[in-house]
Amino acid sequence: MLEVKGLRAGYGPVEVLRGLDMAVSAGEIVAVLGANGVGKTTLNKVLSGVVPARAGEIRFDGARLDGMDPAAIVEAGLIHVPEGRRIFPNMNVRENLEFGSYRRARRRRASNLERVFETFPRLRERARQAAGTLSGGEQQMLAIGRGMMAEPRLLILDEPSLGLSPLLVEEMFALILRLNAGGLPILLVEQNVVQSLEIASRGFILENGTFAMSGPAAALRDDPELRRVYLGL
Amino acid sequence: MAEAVANGLLAGAAYALVALGLTLVYGVLHIVNFAHGALLTLAMFAAWGLHAAFGLDPYLAILPMAAGFMALGYGLQRWVIGPASHGDDGNTLLVTLGLSIVIENALLALFRSDTRTLGADSGFDVVELGPMLLSRPRLIGFGVSLLAAALLWAVLSATDTGKAIRAVAKEKLGAQLCGIDPRHVYAVTFGLGCACLAVAACLLLPTFYVNPRVGNAFVLVAFTIVVLGGMGSIPGALVGGLFVGVVESLGGLLLGESLGQLGIFVIFILVLLLRPTGLFGARA
Repeated sequence: MLEVKGLRAGYGPVEVLRGLDMAVSAGEIVAVLGANGVGKTTLNKVLSGVVPARAGEIRFDGARLDGMDPAAIVEAGLIHVPEGRRIFPNMNVRENLEFGSYRRARRRRASNLERVFETFPRLRERARQAAGTLSGGEQQMLAIGRGMMAEPRLLILDEPSLGLSPLLVEEMFALILRLNAGGLPILLVEQNVVQSLEIASRGFILENGTFAMSGPAAALRDDPELRRVYLGL
Repeated sequence: MAEAVANGLLAGAAYALVALGLTLVYGVLHIVNFAHGALLTLAMFAAWGLHAAFGLDPYLAILPMAAGFMALGYGLQRWVIGPASHGDDGNTLLVTLGLSIVIENALLALFRSDTRTLGADSGFDVVELGPMLLSRPRLIGFGVSLLAAALLWAVLSATDTGKAIRAVAKEKLGAQLCGIDPRHVYAVTFGLGCACLAVAACLLLPTFYVNPRVGNAFVLVAFTIVVLGGMGSIPGALVGGLFVGVVESLGGLLLGESLGQLGIFVIFILVLLLRPTGLFGARA
């Protein structure tokens, strides 16, 4: 579904991604894990065309994505729910969701809105409230709901658990599983190694712009080196 | 006194329109457009030229001028200012400054520094309103300015493009990830700013003169209005514009014509000291 080969990118003289190879297949959850500042968010930005790739290639359903502008990538169905939610604080919840269908699935806006409200009853209650006044958890729901409005063919979730209470983090991971249960492939980019590897089928460990480790999630969970470095065990 | 206030309101409407374009571009692109004055000058020359060449009444020229300047503004931002700035706000500032120098000097080369007017008597028409005698072109200008501001407000709040403009203004990355192209949105915004200038030019022309530096007088006041109303605030520009018009008019009445503008800058300094976010500005 999504294939990345030899991907390099950076800002100015700094190279952040130093040759990444990875893939997401139909229907799976793939986790990209790593600490702050290793390039996770940059990877997402390159995938969605906001930051240009310097080398390598990105294929989505066989078609080259690198070099396309973000709007075309959204149109192709690769939807990125960014770190920090990036909702429109001055607009209400409903307007925010409608923006999700700005470029894609516009004709089914009404039915998709209903579907998002069914997934997140809380958002229906707050439909007319300014998005900036929502709690952190609600804002994260809104960001994901906005992504769902575009009928994603692959969903990138960047740090969906960031800043949420432990209880909400549990809920968030349960939700990701539910979204995936409908067949939606998800690229989950997280710092939360343990819980991400519990729901993912495969994982990639990003360190300093390269994948230090990768493999089936179960194998990574039991890897002694990973347990030592990321879990302190 | 009442007449001075009324006249101030009428003059302020034109200021408001110029400030509206400036504040819109600032609010969305987060740049101060230094070419605003030169573009107003260009618009006034265009309106003057349409009248001189084809006898087109400036009021009838409003719609075609607005459309033409919308297109001009779109093109300038999309293919000149945007690409030349390479995404750096500091560069944008210099590019718009450069643009203003180019426009002003091109006009200077073409028309020299002569001052021109429409030369029609209609500029002196007055309307009796109770005890007051008000200038008819200014009254029309007032009505059309308010209409233009209302139209702009409607576009921003109700149309898809308008909503996209507001989305990009607040949250560019979020908008990009929804498939909104900020380059297009920036260009449309710049175009709307230029369209405001075109309308203002058509409204000013019957009572004002045209020369290659005429826009600057208005833009200096417009900057004051934008700061007074709150940077990026549309109601702020409108209310600020009317307020500044009244201040100038009353200042002229009380201090004499040549000191009329003094009040504007006193207020400007007071706002900066006491309420730097402006009347309608977001708290930092």
